[in-house]
Amino acid sequence: MGFLDYAPAPESRAILDLRDSYGLFIDGEFVDGHGEGFQTISPGTEETIATVSSADEQDVQRAVAAARRAYDTVWSRMSGSDRGKYLFRIARLVQERSRELAVAESLDNGKPIKESRDVDLPLVAAWFFYYAGWADKLDHAGLGPSPRALGVAAQVIPWNFPLLMLAWKIAPALAAGNTVVLKPAETTPLSALLFAEILQQADLPPGVVNIITGAGDTGRLLVNHPDVDKVAFTGSTAVGREIARSVAGTGKKVTLELGGKAANIVFDDAPIDQAIEGIVNGIFFNQGHVCCAGSRLLVQENVHDEVLDRLKSRLGTLRLGDPLDKNTDIGAINSAEQLERIRELSAIGEQEGADRWTAECAIPERGFWFAPTIFDNVSTSHRIAREEIFGPVLSVLTFRTPDEAIAKANNTPYGLSAGIWTDKGSRILAVADKLRAGVIWANTFNRFDPASPFGGYKESGYGREGGRHGLAAYLASAPGRSRPDESIHTQGAGK
Amino acid sequence: MNRLAVPKTYKLAIGGAFPRSESGRTYPVHSFDGAFLANAAKASRKDARDAVVAARKAFGGWSGATGYNRGQVLYRIAELLEGRRAQFVDEVSVAQGFSAEDAAAQVDEAIDLWVWYAGWADKFAQVAGNANPVSGPFFNISVPEPTGVVAIVAPQQPALLGFVAAVAPALVAGNTVVVIASERHPLPAISLAEVLATSDVPGGVVNVLTGSAAELAPWLASHADVNALDLVGAGDLDGDLTWVDLQISAAETLKRVLPPEGGADAVAPSLQRIVAFTETKTVWHTKSML
Amino acid sequence: MTTELSRTARTPSGPADPHALARRIVGGELTDATLHGFLHGIAGVDAVGLEQRAAALSTRSIKTSSKRRALDKIISLIDLTTLEGADTPGKVRSLAAKAVTPDPSDPSCPSVAAVCVYGDMVADAVGALGAAHTGQGGTVNVAAVATAFPSGRASLRVKLADTEDAVAAGADEIDMVIDRGAFLSGRYGQVYDEIVAVKEACRRNDGTSAHLKVILETGELRTYDNVRRASWLGVLAGGDFIKTSTGKVQPAATLPVTLSMLEVVRDWHRLTGEQIGVKPAGGIRSSKDAIRYLVTVAETTGEAWLRPELFRFGASSLLNDVLLQRQKMTTGSYSGPDYVTVD
Repeated sequence: MGFLDYAPAPESRAILDLRDSYGLFIDGEFVDGHGEGFQTISPGTEETIATVSSADEQDVQRAVAAARRAYDTVWSRMSGSDRGKYLFRIARLVQERSRELAVAESLDNGKPIKESRDVDLPLVAAWFFYYAGWADKLDHAGLGPSPRALGVAAQVIPWNFPLLMLAWKIAPALAAGNTVVLKPAETTPLSALLFAEILQQADLPPGVVNIITGAGDTGRLLVNHPDVDKVAFTGSTAVGREIARSVAGTGKKVTLELGGKAANIVFDDAPIDQAIEGIVNGIFFNQGHVCCAGSRLLVQENVHDEVLDRLKSRLGTLRLGDPLDKNTDIGAINSAEQLERIRELSAIGEQEGADRWTAECAIPERGFWFAPTIFDNVSTSHRIAREEIFGPVLSVLTFRTPDEAIAKANNTPYGLSAGIWTDKGSRILAVADKLRAGVIWANTFNRFDPASPFGGYKESGYGREGGRHGLAAYLASAPGRSRPDESIHTQGAGK
Repeated sequence: MNRLAVPKTYKLAIGGAFPRSESGRTYPVHSFDGAFLANAAKASRKDARDAVVAARKAFGGWSGATGYNRGQVLYRIAELLEGRRAQFVDEVSVAQGFSAEDAAAQVDEAIDLWVWYAGWADKFAQVAGNANPVSGPFFNISVPEPTGVVAIVAPQQPALLGFVAAVAPALVAGNTVVVIASERHPLPAISLAEVLATSDVPGGVVNVLTGSAAELAPWLASHADVNALDLVGAGDLDGDLTWVDLQISAAETLKRVLPPEGGADAVAPSLQRIVAFTETKTVWHTKSML
Repeated sequence: MTTELSRTARTPSGPADPHALARRIVGGELTDATLHGFLHGIAGVDAVGLEQRAAALSTRSIKTSSKRRALDKIISLIDLTTLEGADTPGKVRSLAAKAVTPDPSDPSCPSVAAVCVYGDMVADAVGALGAAHTGQGGTVNVAAVATAFPSGRASLRVKLADTEDAVAAGADEIDMVIDRGAFLSGRYGQVYDEIVAVKEACRRNDGTSAHLKVILETGELRTYDNVRRASWLGVLAGGDFIKTSTGKVQPAATLPVTLSMLEVVRDWHRLTGEQIGVKPAGGIRSSKDAIRYLVTVAETTGEAWLRPELFRFGASSLLNDVLLQRQKMTTGSYSGPDYVTVD
């Protein structure tokens, strides 16, 4: 047994005290849903973790009504500083219970514990801290004095970063003075329900945040509810399109964070070892279940062989397996459906003639797994170069000149993120200028921060989350101040 | 003996040229009191398509120009308009039946609007952008960038001011536009396009279509290479079509959409209108002395 | 354990020309200009990314059986060091005894790789190790710092004499310092030539050579780009090891610096098939730290490097912490400082 066969180092599940079943969190209490309940399973083992309620129309109605009531009677009347104090409380409670939440997240989502522990949870706490401080400073948010909240926000989040996406949605909404009905993804409801317990511990007034579980139908009911003033959605472009259609003409303000097919551009003068790490982090972080993943590697042709060679050696050190093991680098694919989609697109990649290479690693018998995979000699016309795979699959394309790199990088209906690797500062800035994407990482990749706006161009959605821009997405200028000299940063459908 | 006047032929403005509609269609334009003024080109969906191609082609250059340069180009429009003030006062007056005084006020307001927007070109990024204090060794900055090709349904009236108030803010950030001019009063818009052609505005940056908004707008709303839709003047379209249909159509490619607006708000100077057609781009870079 | 890396492997034309391989790789005569062209042409290092990679490697969790093996491995890789003005034959004897038998209560505990002393203490170290010394039937080497350690501010003549004296006294390994002044002023040729000359001075009468470790003193080079260039220079000039620090300058060894040196060694191996060693020295005091280095080695150059011929820790207090951890793993109870020896 070599040194690299690290002995198992599982994170203890004992810290997690789960119930057998969870209801909906409406008006400060857990209540049974009227829809047909469903089971949430652990993708690493396919074992059932808990049974979760499903919200039907009546439940959505109750949740939105509770949010409206809380908005009218409590939250809109509360001082910004008190709202901020609640958010600070929540931030602290998240920190205190972060290990427990990390375990729950890895269990329910399949992501490696080192990511939920070292990335997701610290960012969740940071997001609440950041927006807590904004709550009593809204005059400086860029919308002129005394901007007003929008009202009730309907928020629908995906399964890839369940608790982090919750924080991205809830923190700015509450800081701006809105109340919330949030629906976590069907396959990953657990951490949101634990978060509801935190809200109880924080003594947040009932109805300010309501969490309802269910599948797509529940989300549709929520988004289309007439008493909703703001819709925030993170997920697929297909569903984003549906939402954009359904809110047309309603005046609901919308933020959409959708898909991506990011180019990670490696020039021949890149800091090569860090670029390799950036490529790995870009596509294999969170099993590639990242909308801003660097799924298209654009490498300068004269260093293609060297980069691929180094990349493959590096992938040999990645450990795939038990998400709760502290040494796991690649966890489980979130669901059987997602695994099927990854397999299907990978098969298409082979059929289209790209060269498939898969890292050697033992695949556990149970659960949903996909080994890190690289497709070389991919052409821009291949489906694996155009469609979001949302898995640990990298498509490699080459370029010869900066112009060609930019043209290929921008040649997609998406525009969420991109990466640039070069030692030449002037080239970084010029290429960053020309890339049509909302987040550009230069000599780094997949970095997130509550102070940093995130969101896409084109079919990657509209609106920004994070930073001052993310706050403005939940605010409107004060009435009578529609002369918008002071009123900026609103974007997207409706106003 | 009175000299016989030479009437002008009003055509479309696409890619810096002034073509007739490829369809060969025209429609008569009348003054406020019903007198025949001219035949305007009745643009077709193919003209709309050509206009989008022209706007896309011009986007790289216009969006790549410095803010200072765009500001000067926009200011130059004001200068040229000032020189042809009398012509526009006449056109506005005849079209809408304004008194000379009211027409002059509208033209003046339009000129001043160009000046106001010109001044923003090298400043709005400082107001809408941000240096972001992230918790790590990174330089992180957010800047607003133009959304791309913006299709605009200009208000029916005021003919000149409404057109300028919709077009100018979209140009400030570096977008290029395809505008459907006021159907009833298209002539000032075409005259303005002629001014633009003799100014420093590159061909294709402003493309003007005349004709039926109800006929043309759906093609622009569904066009995959249009990035945003300003429906400021689409509140009252002919026929069964409503602006909501256009917004639904725009959802197919997730276009940014501004809904209709009327009255003073529609023509007010507006930083929001500039920022509405920008995308916030956030750039991260590592920071270290080692 | 004798380590005689064959230099001839580098010089297909014969050992008479130690520069042949370097010339081939640099692509010409080895002047300041060509070396500058080569060293400044290799890919740069992004410090933030490098440090993040090192931090990520630090999160590896080494438990139970892996930890037990790691602790023994660490002991076997230690250059147990004393480099004080106050060093005496008595101190060196004590150190040598500890090197051979780190834990008197546990005969299964391995010996360290070497004792590391000033040149004038080599004879004392050799004497103290006795049969435990490499070549006398034992496995513990004697390493001597040389070349006007730690500053290196002396004439080449003095540096070579320093080296020759230590080798003559029985040193198995020479830890030389590069001329940082020359490096920082761009006189790469001089740095290169000095390493070559010292390497030559390591040669014994019987044709064998003492093993040469080239100390870069990364705390004075400051930037990772410099560390990387100096690493290449050390390897090109024939160093058997590249070593981070003297221990007399802060910062001494850090994980990111060591990682960047390991990357050079890995790339050299890719290029030539040769295996060069790496020695972080100074500042590594806890088992936990040392395990991070093992992880970094294993995941950068591969496990093949986890042997004394290719990896060393230059340390003094590290050994006792490893022994405490080792006792904990044996007995199941936490140990205390009175249960390991003070040397």
